[in-house]
Amino acid sequence: MSAPFFKYGMFGDDTSLIVAFITGIGFGFFLERAGFGSGRKLAAQFYGYDLTVFKVMFTAIITAMLGLYYLSVIGYVDLSLVYVSPTYLMPQIAGGLLLGFGFVIGGYCPGTSCVAASTGRIDGIIYLAGIVVGILIFGESFSLVENFYNSSAMGSITLPQVTGMSYGLIVFLVVLMALGGFMFAGWAEKKWAHIRPEQG
Amino acid sequence: MSAISSNDVIGRSDEAHGHAKPQPYWSPYAAGIGLGLVLLLAFVIMGRGLGASGAFTSLVATGVHAIAPEHTASNPYYQEYLGDGSRHPLKDWLVFEVLGVFVGGFLSGILAGRVKTTVEKGQHISTAKRLTFAFSGGILMGIGAKLARGCTSGQALTGGALLSVGSWTFMMCVFGGAYALAYFMRRQWL
Repeated sequence: MSAPFFKYGMFGDDTSLIVAFITGIGFGFFLERAGFGSGRKLAAQFYGYDLTVFKVMFTAIITAMLGLYYLSVIGYVDLSLVYVSPTYLMPQIAGGLLLGFGFVIGGYCPGTSCVAASTGRIDGIIYLAGIVVGILIFGESFSLVENFYNSSAMGSITLPQVTGMSYGLIVFLVVLMALGGFMFAGWAEKKWAHIRPEQG
Repeated sequence: MSAISSNDVIGRSDEAHGHAKPQPYWSPYAAGIGLGLVLLLAFVIMGRGLGASGAFTSLVATGVHAIAPEHTASNPYYQEYLGDGSRHPLKDWLVFEVLGVFVGGFLSGILAGRVKTTVEKGQHISTAKRLTFAFSGGILMGIGAKLARGCTSGQALTGGALLSVGSWTFMMCVFGGAYALAYFMRRQWL
């Protein structure tokens, strides 16, 4: 085992900030390459004629998931040292729904709105301002939501633990599901192609 | 020799043409693999994934703290982001990562001729209305991301690849919520 490098003490906190900056450049670069600096392109996901959001997201998920899985199988990465954020089921359901509303109303999510703002989209900049206000509202009303926020705590549980299936089998099933989703996306884009608005 | 130089000229004129007109986006699968490799590198190098909304929480907590330090001292949520004062709250992994996102997005956009001051909207909605929706959507997103302890980057993408139960549940709810409301938002986008 030699990875994650940071957890094995190969470099310190200050260097990790440089790693963060470079990682972010890669993240932002590929988001923009996919077309995610455009609110119209992102919102198209919810009208069926362009399912780029689904395709990019699931390609990224299976790439990272397969890579991490094989690197852990050959003993290069210690999977137990990769941080899995803990599950709080009810607040995550509520937060997910709110986020979905915000996505189709505003046209972005936080990461994509950064890319939109840096490529000149005024709506992306306004959206970022909205996020800041939303976080401020949450912070200021924290005492009201604190109990709910900390409810249904389940720890860092994963699908293999919950289902009792092996990690490898779940990885395989997720890949199958994604491939099925990609085929469905191709079909759906044809079915709803007539909805695609004129450019301009 | 002459063949090479004429290729050169063609190449150059294509490039000039490409700068005048925005280039097409990459295939979603190519961009997705790129994104997935960045995420994988973050796992291998740092032992953590990507994020976005957390950086803005650090920003908000720092701002509120600068204006009203007694106020943030009594708020456990801000305290979590301000830390024990041993280091500046903006000297944070996600803050630096998100700075990189701005830079990386701009680099990709400028190289492809896609940097343009504009408003993303359908043809049947005014700019003022679109910007009002953008602001309202941002507010909902900010509240939702805090409630869920992460957004599309930290939960759906990162937690999705790590097979977290909460992240997969969250992801289904994001798509569900957006599809449920899409019909009412159609005049903004179509």
